[in-house]
Amino acid sequence: MNAEELQGIVDAERKAQQEVRHRVGVCQAAGCLSLGADQVKAALQRTVEEARLGGEVEVFGTGCLGLCDAGTLVQVESREPGHVCKCLYQKVDAEGAVRIVKEHLLAGTPLDDGQADAESHFFAKQRRVVLQGSGVLDPERIESCLAAGAYQALHRALTELKPADVIAEITASGLRGRGGAGYPTGLKWSTVSKAVGARKVIICNADEGDPGAFMDRSVLEGDPHRVLEGMAIAGYAVGAEQGYVYVRGEYPLAIARLKGAIKQAERLQLLGHRIFESAFNFRIDLRIGAGAFVCGEETALIASVEGRRGTPRPRPPYPAVSGLGGMPTLINNVETFANVPAIVTGGAKAFASVGTEKSKGTKVFALAGKIARTGLIEVPMGMTLREIIFDIGGGIPDGKAFKAAQTGGPSGGCIPAQHLDLPVDYESLIQVGSFMGSGGLIVMDETSCMVDVAAYFMEFCRDESCGKCVPCRAGTVQMHGLLTRICRGEGREADLAQLEELAELLKSTSLCGLGQGAPNPVVSTLRYFRDEYLAHVRERRCPAGVCKMAPPPAPHATPARTEVRP
Amino acid sequence: MSQNAPMSPSSAPAVHPSGDKRFKMLDAALRRQQYQPEALLEILHAAQELFGFLSDDVLLYVGTALKLPLSRVYGVATFYNLFTLKPKGQHTCTVCMGTACYVKGAGEILAAVERAHGVKAGETTADGKLSSVVARCVGACGIAPAVVFDQEVAGKQDAATVLKRLEGWMKP
Repeated sequence: MNAEELQGIVDAERKAQQEVRHRVGVCQAAGCLSLGADQVKAALQRTVEEARLGGEVEVFGTGCLGLCDAGTLVQVESREPGHVCKCLYQKVDAEGAVRIVKEHLLAGTPLDDGQADAESHFFAKQRRVVLQGSGVLDPERIESCLAAGAYQALHRALTELKPADVIAEITASGLRGRGGAGYPTGLKWSTVSKAVGARKVIICNADEGDPGAFMDRSVLEGDPHRVLEGMAIAGYAVGAEQGYVYVRGEYPLAIARLKGAIKQAERLQLLGHRIFESAFNFRIDLRIGAGAFVCGEETALIASVEGRRGTPRPRPPYPAVSGLGGMPTLINNVETFANVPAIVTGGAKAFASVGTEKSKGTKVFALAGKIARTGLIEVPMGMTLREIIFDIGGGIPDGKAFKAAQTGGPSGGCIPAQHLDLPVDYESLIQVGSFMGSGGLIVMDETSCMVDVAAYFMEFCRDESCGKCVPCRAGTVQMHGLLTRICRGEGREADLAQLEELAELLKSTSLCGLGQGAPNPVVSTLRYFRDEYLAHVRERRCPAGVCKMAPPPAPHATPARTEVRP
Repeated sequence: MSQNAPMSPSSAPAVHPSGDKRFKMLDAALRRQQYQPEALLEILHAAQELFGFLSDDVLLYVGTALKLPLSRVYGVATFYNLFTLKPKGQHTCTVCMGTACYVKGAGEILAAVERAHGVKAGETTADGKLSSVVARCVGACGIAPAVVFDQEVAGKQDAATVLKRLEGWMKP
């Protein structure tokens, strides 16, 4: 494959796209699929065929269109003389599909009902970089991805830039790790490139374990080539010829799309030997996880890729120096790699023009919980929580009041209403006791009990603790015991102090991020919702009405010994 | 076992003594991974897909083929949530307990399944028809609460819709 051949494919695909009058994209992400998106697609194809519109209409599956709550989503792009008009239909079923074909495609009058308002804040306030192709292209056909610009950045890097230039560009862009910790990506790349080793490895961390997060899944399903391209550019920059994608076993569709994408890219020699007729070789293999949250931690992930139990090890040495099989290893998150092609083609300056002083670019968030519009969004760093939740997310449904936003999964915290005007970036979230995390944003209203939420996350960490280090293994059990006791109404005020003491202990002595971050939900809820804890302890009352209190002890009975013992 | 595979004399025989053809398919998976010990997870995934669960016999077979100590194979098989050492029921009802599903009432769904069918999460009914499973997060947070019926993800569920679906499965 060389530049002319690539351009040939791109031109042919673009020409084919221009020859059809209507391009109908049906969301085939997990959310819409569960609402029957595959039947909708089949109904569209069938009706188009019956109406003999075959040459004029292209029906294809796309990645996540964002508004998961209003699935199944169907996007119709109609080519009118002089301009292209776009309609996004929501809540489409098989019947609706027939109507779209008959009224919109055949009669030329778009349906009045069921259209999403493209001018609404949900779309207008977003800025799509990582999700640029998701929902526009057909992730199962590489030609469609190529027509949308896939592998152009890799071509530019291989033909115009030296590896050091690529790293300089990434460093200048200010891109930081999107897995949550926000480590500067350029610095990581340059460490790996300088590390001594005959062979180096790239690993893409697609073990999206945070409950309530589905950004990486959506990127992998909606635009897999963007991630593969980012990995190949990274390989070129640091001098690696082998890459692995470590993807969760719980994401069968993402696995299938990745497998297909790798095969297609290999067929066109966009991966493999002598890519773009340069001296650069790069191959990518899949590694499938088997359900262990701790494998999101980089050293545990490496152990898992090596076919061992996913337990972390002390750092240093960092994987950048000695990782998979002792080789220098670059590990980045899916979204980090997905940002790379945009930086290489668009330039570091353009990328850095978006965002805040220390957090550049955009961030993908998965909106979920008690929010009117659940779904997948991408916004510039520094947008306030209020804009995200109320303008884009449409606020809290059923007239309920906002209580807290949870970010960062089990290592994150709950942000109360008083911090709604906080600009969302890495630093400010840490300041209020939370954490960017991978981008799950779960909204809670007045019907959620914060003690119960803290207990939920602690139970998660207790179950997912790998058991290697004592503070995490035993500490999560102790903290969970105290929290459930408070939820039953059998806690004491001294328990709160004990929780705080244990939290400090776990944070400062655990081996990896799981144990260090596990107390965060407890600490942040104790900080902002202490009155709820006190109501449970002093009045044996759950203000939100979630916790079921144990019957009060008989007045003369000796108090039952409810100490939690390991 | 194929001839070109580097196997010790004590390794698995050409045909598994049980005569079970699925072992032949497992051999194919082992060959595809070139008997690399690093591919243990991939092999266990393949074995579980073939057999439904990982019996001691299968673990032994895999350990021998990859020349790994059984402690290592057993250690890995028990470490990861997706591997199961017990046979699963005919149908599996997986309730997602991710945060979004949890705040929207997944706990009640799970409790309702337990009340109606007498199975706790991770258990199978006595007649082997239904396994109740909890998932950490299936990534369908936009349509929470989500329940996976066998392989099919269903969104916006509640106790009533789930129980109705299970009723259909439990019919003789």
